Order: sequence, then C-alpha cells, then structure tokens
Amino acid sequence: MSEATTDAKIRLDRLNVHFGANHAVKEVTMAMASNSVTAIIGPSGCGKSTVLRSINRMHDLTPGARVNGSVLLDGEDIYRKECDPVTMRRRVGMVFQKPNPFPAMSIYDNVIAGYRLNGRGRRSEMDALVEQCLQRVSLWDEVKERLHVNAMQLSGGQQQRLCIARTIAVMPEVILMDEPCSALDPISTLKVEELIDELKEKYTIVIVTHNMQQAARVSDTTAFFYLGELIEMGDTKKIFTNPEKRQTEDYITGRFG
Amino acid sequence: MPRPSHAERPVIFLPPRWNIKRGLNGDFLFKGVTVLFAISILGILLLMAVSMYRQSLPSIHTSGWSFIPGKEWDPVGGTFGALPYIYGSLVSSLLSLALATPLSIATALFITEVANRRVGGMIAALVELLAAIPSVIYGLWGVLVMAPWLQRTVEPFLNDHLGFLPFFSGPPYGVSMLAAVLILMIMIVPIITSITKEVLLAIPDSQREAAVALGATRWEMIRMAVLPYGRSGILGAVILGLGRAIGETMAVTMVIGNTPKISLSLLDPAYTMPSVIANEFAEASSDLHAAALMEIGLLLLVVTLIINSLARLLLWGVNRPTGGQA
Ligand SMILES: Nc1ncnc2c1ncn2[C@@H]1O[C@H](COP(=O)(O)OP(=O)(O)OP(=O)(O)O)[C@@H](O)[C@H]1O
Ligand SMILES: [Mg+2]
Repeated sequence: MSEATTDAKIRLDRLNVHFGANHAVKEVTMAMASNSVTAIIGPSGCGKSTVLRSINRMHDLTPGARVNGSVLLDGEDIYRKECDPVTMRRRVGMVFQKPNPFPAMSIYDNVIAGYRLNGRGRRSEMDALVEQCLQRVSLWDEVKERLHVNAMQLSGGQQQRLCIARTIAVMPEVILMDEPCSALDPISTLKVEELIDELKEKYTIVIVTHNMQQAARVSDTTAFFYLGELIEMGDTKKIFTNPEKRQTEDYITGRFG
Repeated sequence: MPRPSHAERPVIFLPPRWNIKRGLNGDFLFKGVTVLFAISILGILLLMAVSMYRQSLPSIHTSGWSFIPGKEWDPVGGTFGALPYIYGSLVSSLLSLALATPLSIATALFITEVANRRVGGMIAALVELLAAIPSVIYGLWGVLVMAPWLQRTVEPFLNDHLGFLPFFSGPPYGVSMLAAVLILMIMIVPIITSITKEVLLAIPDSQREAAVALGATRWEMIRMAVLPYGRSGILGAVILGLGRAIGETMAVTMVIGNTPKISLSLLDPAYTMPSVIANEFAEASSDLHAAALMEIGLLLLVVTLIINSLARLLLWGVNRPTGGQA
C-alpha cells in the first residue's frame, strides 16, 4: 500500500542525507497517509531521527548537513526553492525526545508561544486556545490553577505533554515525534500514547520509537530502517507478525539491535 | 514495602580506593587547603579596606560627611570634596555601558546565531584579541587620534545640531566626557561580547529547535528561545563590563581632560576617581591630600561593592522565576 497511495500526506522520494562524508540516509522512498500514525523503528544510529528531521527541514540548522531528493507535503516539494521553510514548519510540527519547554516562560506562555508568532490574538481567544490545547493533552486539570507559574515546575511527563500542547496550538497538519516517550515514566507514556491515538483524527503523525510495543500499539504503518536504508514498510500488524525481510524479523524479535 | 532484613541485604564490597584512612586524610587536607584559601581572600579584602580606612582617617576627621557631596577639590587650601570624581566615574561607566551593551549582544548574536562557523570564528578571535590589548594603547590612540577627531568633527556637529540640549553645549575640547565614554565603550565591548558569546554557545540546541519547529524565523528564535534562556548569563557579562569600566584608569585618564567639574555637557572635560588617584598620588602636597586620595580609593571600593551587590540582586531577581530544576 505504501507506494501507490494517492492520498499520501507526505511522500519521501529518493531521500538522501549526508553529514559531511557520512551518508546517513540512503535512497529512502516512502509515503505516509493522511490521518495515520507511522512508526519508524530500527537500531540506534540507523537514521530514524535524520529521516524525521528532513520532513520539516530541521537539517537547515545543522552546518554540514546535505539533503538530496524530495519530500512532498500534499504533493509539493518542501525542498524546492520557492518553499519558505518557516511557513512550512507551521504545517509540520515537531515534538522532541527530551521535553524542551521554554524555561523562561510560564505554562500559559509556552502553549501560546508558537501561536503568538502570527501576531497577537485577543486575550479571550488565547485563553480559549490554551485551555483547549491543554485539555487535548489532558494536562488542563493538572495545571489550570497555576497557568502562570514557570513551566519548569512541571514534571518531565507533564513537560512533554506541554510541548505537545505547544505544537498543536499552531494547528499543524503533521506532527513529527522523535522518541517522545523515552524520557517518561510508564504512566506518562501511556497518556502520550492515548493522546497520539486521539490526535490521529486530525493530524498525520510520524513517530520514531525504540519501544517495539509502543510501535505496535500506536501505529497503523511501521517502517523498519537499518544502516540508513528503509528495509521494509507496511501494515503494523503485518510487520510485527509476519515481516517479509529477515532483518526486520531479527530486529523485532530482539535478535539484534 | 518492608525493609529487607540483614540477611537479605546485598553485601557491598568497597573497592580498595575507598580505604577509609586514606580517604579521610585526603579529604581533610583538601578541605583544609580550600578553606584556607577562601579565608585568605576574604582576609586580604578586609586588610585592604581596614588599612585604607586608617590611612584616610585624617581626611575623614577633617572633611567629615561633606567629603562625599563636596564639589571643591583644593589641595593647597585643604578643601577636599569628592563629588566631581564620583559623578565622573558613574556617568562615564554607565553611559559607556549603555552604548556597549546592545552592541556587544548584537555582535555575540551575530557570531553564534547568524554567521557561518568560519566567519563567526574569525570575528570571535578578533574580539578576543581586542580584549587583550593593554589599556594604555587604547588611551594613546584615544588621545592622539580619537580626541582630535572628536574636536574637529563630531563635537562641533553635535553642538550645532543638538546644542540646545544641555548635554551637547559648550566649546569642543576633544578631551572630554564624550571621549572617555567612547574609549570605555570600545574597551568593554570585547569583554561583554566574548562572555555573551560563551553564554549563547552554552544554550542547548534543543531550545533553538523548539522555536524553529514552531515556525519561528531566526530573529523570532533569538527573541523567543535564545535571549530569555541566556538572560542571567548575559546580565553577568554586562556586570563584568561595568566593573571594568568603573575601574579603568589609564585610558580614561588620558582622554577625559582631568577637570574636577560637574557638568551635564558631554563635551566638557571631567575627572574620575581612579584618574585623580593616579594623577595626584605621587605628588600629594600634604598628608591631608594623601589621606583624601586614600578616601577616594575607599569610596571607589565601596561604590564597586555596591554596584556588584546591586547586580547580584538583579541577577537573583531575574533567576528566581525560573525556579524548579532549570
Ligand atoms: N548533527 C549531526 N552531525 C553529524 N552526524 C550526524 C548528525 N546527526 C546524525 N548524524 C549521523 O547520522 C547517522 C544517523 O543518526 P540518527 O540520529 O538519525 O540515528 P537514529 O536512528 O535516530 O539513532 P537513535 O536511535 O540513537 O536516536 C549517525 O551515523 C549519526 O552519527
Ligand atoms: Mg534518534
């Protein structure tokens, strides 16, 4: 199904990423359907983060990184000359491995930070948006009494949910998540996973994870990477029960990686 | 959970380096040495303050409190008032700081956030070089090149166009408060820049990425993630710059004109506390004169301590809301 889908939200076409002499991502072609969750799995260093970060041009910030090939968002290449990465990134949000709220801001200001970039909204509008986003990440009840305290006073799990709230507050179409739960305890992890399941209704989600159970639980499609190459991609159930490639099977059964 | 009984507790073998005797001795020695050094630094400061106080006693007895608000400085007549020097020191250092701070932050931002690594590295090296130039060279350049230029072009221009303001009134002398402010600015920009640069480099990339991933432009990223994160460090850099400006003697003495006069006009010559000490100490006309200079030194010490404490307070105020585990 991965190749032929016409309603693909994102399509990578012969994507290559080099860091200096290091060819980190090799000839990757894959597609992610709208309103689906795609999991990217594979051993450490195989290029999962690198692939993910090429979907919102995060490599622009890395000196020495070169991206070749194309990434189509709704059929348009985000690496073409006329594409403004700043506008594009409002459509493709990202949640990082380590929670990274802005430490100098309150909870409220963190949620609204991206939204404010588009100019100041009315107070009531912003209040409503903050509440709505925090509700979505089920953080509202925990913080509604202290919206204006510093964001660093939250626990790690709460911080990560705050970062997700901050991401959805700019109303992106795609959310990229790079091991969003690796710094979280099991309960917070569960909450984030439930959240991903809900978010799927509105957003297209791509998630990198080291946790096989997590990939199996939250994703519709799974892609397995090894040494910078896409080895196999398909329906999550199929990948986990009946993979086609030997390397995939070895990895998910824990024989290497 | 019940506590495990003795029998269940795992046996822990301490590695041999945890030899109790050696560890104790080593720690004791280390602690002793560090405490000794810490105390001796405090001791030196106290000793200096006390001996300066004793040396300035004749002046303190003669002038009393009027030493600080006094505007007259007459070594021959025996009248000593320090206000012109205090005024000159505060105005020259605060004004130069006000000019240097935005310039330094902008330069540091250019080095770390805008320029590519090669250009940024080159500018950073240049800035470091500027910070290492001895102040007498700045002073010499100031008095031989900058002051005449100010006298010929800048000061007449300011006077012509802004002369209705008290800050730019009066004839152009060249050597002036303006010259001191500019030379101090040139001297502290490298310091503030290089510390700010270090502060900015220490900001984790995850903060920048957070802003960029929200659709921030480079400038928005700086405003949203970089500056707020680094603010206490940047403030520290500014304070260090202020310390340098207020204590700078040589370069200022060479360009400020050394006239103990309080004037709002930046075109007029002025005088600072360190300058008067350096200029008059060797040929103090009387014991009272020497004591008065010593009292100025004491005042300078106090002013410096006050400014530093204020800055600490400010820093503390800035840091507090961050709280938590930041
Ligand atoms: N900023 C960078 N500069 C240079 N090389 C990089 C950079 N980021 C990644 N690489 C290289 O690219 C390759 C893939 O790295 P990547 O971070 O994508 O791996 P990953 O699959 O996400 O691993 P992990 O599971 O450990 O996060 C590695 O060889 C890594 O050394
Ligand atoms: Mg990674």
